[in-house]
Amino acid sequence: MIALSVQSVCVSYGVLPALRDVSLSVAKGECLAIVGANGAGKSSLMRFIAGAQPGMGSVKIDDVPAPAQQAARARVGVGYVPEGRRLFPSLSVHENIELGAETRRDGPWDMERLIAMFPDLAQFMDRPTTALSGGQQQMVAIARALRGNPAVLLCDEVSLGLAPKVVSQMYRVLAGIRQSDMSMIVVEQDLDKALSIADRLICLRQGQVTLEAEAAKVNRAEVEAAYFGTSKDAA
Amino acid sequence: MSIETILIQGLMLGGLYALLATGLSLVFGVMRLVNLSHGDFVVLSAYLALLVVQGTLAPLWLAFACVLPVMMGLGYVLQRGVFNRLLEGDPMRPLLATFGLSIIVQNALLLGFAADTQLLPSGDLAFRALGIAGLSVGVLPLITFGVAIAVIAGLNWLLYHTRLGRNLRAASDDPAILDAFGVSNRHMFAVASALAFATMCIAGILMAMRSNFDPFIGPGRLLIAFEVVIIGGLGSFWGMLWGGILLGLAQVIGAAIDPGLQFLAGHLAFFVMLMLRPKGLFPRVDHG
Repeated sequence: MIALSVQSVCVSYGVLPALRDVSLSVAKGECLAIVGANGAGKSSLMRFIAGAQPGMGSVKIDDVPAPAQQAARARVGVGYVPEGRRLFPSLSVHENIELGAETRRDGPWDMERLIAMFPDLAQFMDRPTTALSGGQQQMVAIARALRGNPAVLLCDEVSLGLAPKVVSQMYRVLAGIRQSDMSMIVVEQDLDKALSIADRLICLRQGQVTLEAEAAKVNRAEVEAAYFGTSKDAA
Repeated sequence: MSIETILIQGLMLGGLYALLATGLSLVFGVMRLVNLSHGDFVVLSAYLALLVVQGTLAPLWLAFACVLPVMMGLGYVLQRGVFNRLLEGDPMRPLLATFGLSIIVQNALLLGFAADTQLLPSGDLAFRALGIAGLSVGVLPLITFGVAIAVIAGLNWLLYHTRLGRNLRAASDDPAILDAFGVSNRHMFAVASALAFATMCIAGILMAMRSNFDPFIGPGRLLIAFEVVIIGGLGSFWGMLWGGILLGLAQVIGAAIDPGLQFLAGHLAFFVMLMLRPKGLFPRVDHG
């Protein structure tokens, strides 16, 4: 069963193409990692799927065409953890997370379960998010997206700007979310982290898919060749 | 005029000025929109109430109940249909558009009601006074002051204790990302505009019960609202009340010295505040 399918996506910034005919799908409960260098088009693809980036192409959720408007798309189950977290600074941690429930979708991710998943946040619920560390802020961003009980969770570079120890902690959290049978797309520049969590992997380079493979079967040289555009032997 | 009388008159006038400024502050705080037609919509509310009172002989409270939803609807529709489209890109666009709207409203009022000055009939309310601590305080100014406190307290409660308020604050923080959680920022902006128009309606009707109005007094009310917002700062609605009181006090002191000095004294107080505290008494805190 396909949770999310994206067909023939083309996105441009003025005359510069960012994505060229990109298609992908995510099965229910599957984790797809998207890797690629800076400027490969990963975040543009995430924004397009979330409905925040105009472009050509189609998005289906549970085999039903998703509405074009971002707010409506969130309500049909696209959960989004944006690059840079984008928390609301004048809202408390609790308010930030609870705002995710505005999608009005039923599901298991209520506040109680989120606190069980992110116990460190319990003591900060009434504080503004600006009082938190980068890792804690990232947890709030993930919790906020989960609170909307999404059908598919899009995580755009959750490790960006975090210390290695915190990144490992973040990936343990994502692994925990995976166990709940959540369909996920994780955008990551760190190959090892991406391979540690994903069932499948897509590599983007200059806005095009250069590799699609099962994470357990692909070898590092193959991914690096697709990532940097070198031959497999050179990699 | 005794100091006590000056203080009480300044306080009462400050309530009306705070009401005039609250909508401007709300709109600017949530969507960074400077609405140059603010004062004209305050005046439009007064004319609509006059129309209902004169046309149906309805009591003023009923006229208010009729005009309030009309003004809120107008605020919502204007935001969705016009202002939202101006928020992206060149910041001059909303300024020019709302300036144009100001001229349209003034001329429409002139066409519909002529240039004669008007006053909303408020019965004997305008002449009744209460004795408080040996001072005679007008009932209507007292009601205006009470309404200002109630409106400001209500808006504070709405913003900080309700789901709608949380979403409005989120829309103010980062409207682009708000949609990712199922809340349309355009709808939130329109709701903020509707609330602002509600406060403009309240201010307009109370103002029109206290003093004469004509189609061209809108820019003057806008100037007062601007001065109150800048004196009060954008960090708190209570800042509007303090800003209004300060401006009201300055005007009353000016008028006590010489009746011709009333508005000049207000502008001077505004200028001094601008020099001393350019971000106002209660500045907006950037959480950055």
